[in-house]
Amino acid sequence: MSQEPIVEIRELSKIYRQGDINVTALNSVSLDIAKGEFVVLMGPSGSGKSTLLHIIAGIDRATSGKVLVQGINVANLNESELADWRNQNVGFVFQSFNLIPVLTAFENVELPLLLTALNRKQRREQVQTAMNLVGLGDRGHHRPDQMSGGQQQRVAIARALVTDPALIVADEPTGNLDSKSAADALGILQALSRDAGKTVIMVTHDPKAASFGTRSLHLEKGEIVA
Amino acid sequence: MPANIFAPFIWLTVILGGGAALWFVFSTVRQGRLPLRYNFRNVVVRWRSTISTVLGIALVVSVFVLLRALARGIEASSANTGDPRNILVVRKGSQAESGSLLGRENFRTLQYFDEIARNEKDEPLISVEIIAIVSMPRIQGPGEANTLIRGITARGMELRPQVMLVDGRWFQPGKREITVARRLAGRFAGLEIGGTVKAGPDKLTVVGHYDGQGSAFDSEAWMDADEARSIFDRDQYSSILLRPKDDAAASNIIAKIEKDKRLALRAEREVDYYSKQTMTAIPIKILAGLLGTAMSIGAIFAAMNTMYASVAGRTREIGTLRVLGYSRRSVVLCFLVEGAFLAAMGGVVGCLLALPMNGVATGTMDFQSFAETVFEFRITPALMLQGVAFSIVIGLLGSLLPAIRASRLPVISALKSL
Repeated sequence: MSQEPIVEIRELSKIYRQGDINVTALNSVSLDIAKGEFVVLMGPSGSGKSTLLHIIAGIDRATSGKVLVQGINVANLNESELADWRNQNVGFVFQSFNLIPVLTAFENVELPLLLTALNRKQRREQVQTAMNLVGLGDRGHHRPDQMSGGQQQRVAIARALVTDPALIVADEPTGNLDSKSAADALGILQALSRDAGKTVIMVTHDPKAASFGTRSLHLEKGEIVA
Repeated sequence: MPANIFAPFIWLTVILGGGAALWFVFSTVRQGRLPLRYNFRNVVVRWRSTISTVLGIALVVSVFVLLRALARGIEASSANTGDPRNILVVRKGSQAESGSLLGRENFRTLQYFDEIARNEKDEPLISVEIIAIVSMPRIQGPGEANTLIRGITARGMELRPQVMLVDGRWFQPGKREITVARRLAGRFAGLEIGGTVKAGPDKLTVVGHYDGQGSAFDSEAWMDADEARSIFDRDQYSSILLRPKDDAAASNIIAKIEKDKRLALRAEREVDYYSKQTMTAIPIKILAGLLGTAMSIGAIFAAMNTMYASVAGRTREIGTLRVLGYSRRSVVLCFLVEGAFLAAMGGVVGCLLALPMNGVATGTMDFQSFAETVFEFRITPALMLQGVAFSIVIGLLGSLLPAIRASRLPVISALKSL
């Protein structure tokens, strides 16, 4: 990698306690991810790929090891700082979209911006830009149940990028989509990485989806094997 | 009265606590930390549970407001009675006119006090009166209740200008006639004009109705004092009402009566006497407190149930909000605001349900005279504000545990929730 890494992972381990048994989800994983990379995490169920994604994104904590994102050791942040950090630095895309059903598409995209210092006008402009980017500029007033799965996922992508985060994490983003919608969503993520310099980390089982990334990592039993 | 002693502290706590809570919520909202639109939309979308919670809280608030309005009505009736210029004299040790006995000699002594004002006919403005209790059948419901009959003189009526004849005529001295408070006539049989009231071996004919303007006189029937003494076979009177020439004269008369051990009388301003006659409101206030507490506990659980169901149904949404950067504090506040909003709607509905009772006359037993006291439900803006504040407290208490639960949901398992 030529560029300075945006994500640096060193000796990262995650051990879950299930009753009396310790389950190792991640075992001394070390990894660097550069700015603008589109990294795909693959592997069988239980291999630790989602756990790795969650720890990088600051929604889970490691048992040991270090995760630096843009030089910040995420493990050192308390709950409140972590929430602020996520809001400012990470955009999330989920398999089941996770849109708030009672809010319109526009309001869903606006949600992360309510935590920023932007005024109403600035927020509206930023939301509209994000909605235009995913090709839904004219669907802002629709509620999620009035949209197709593909459109909902594009709204979720707009919500992920509206705060202009350095990192976008996607957990099986095409798992609930037909092939056309999946290709559209992946195309947007690819463009964000390639054209806007966003770092995208995506978990998927689908080799077709993986082909949109710039680098694929295979995990098995909590270790990167390829 | 204990309730009055604590009232300033309760209000201070409500104002300070409410102010701090409002500032906390307002500052958080101003910083954009609460997606309030999300909460309000949920209240609308979950309209079935919203309606059941709102109605439950409305019922509690309306009972709370009505009971307080009863107590307020009794207090207002006493507070609205009397002229600040008048002095009422009863036997020393008596708490009320109905339990007081005065001799004719007391009246003779007092009527020559120089400090007493005189009317246009140069007569001293002093009235010696009798309070008697007669049992009468109620119009609504079975049984009888005690009512007060005041034997009064022409000077006594002159001293109470707030009492106005509204129908028929005043009783005539020397005749077995009574003029009855219009509100009392609405509650007892036989008090229509021309009707008769049994008083001992005799009957009194109702010749007119008066309006006491919301005062304690609305619970009385008036007749000639000498006729009353004769019918009720009384040697003694109950009280003396007089009007001093001025304020200094009033103080003099009170001091003179208090000093003169031979008189064994107690004198105080008429308004002070009636403002102390609010003991009747105490049992109602206690009932309001007990019922209000019991029902509010039920309402808190109802609100809690709604909010728990709401949290359970929105686990994934809560997880999503947390992932997007909303802190635990924001999530707690979100659900507290939602609960308070729901409850405030219940509070407003409860007040509206209670409002038609405003001004409706009702009665209860006066625990000093053991006679029926008639008064009106008084639903004031301050009382409605208390009702809404009470509902918000219910909402906040009911939402607190569900809100804390929502904020403590592990983000990852919340996201995976169906």
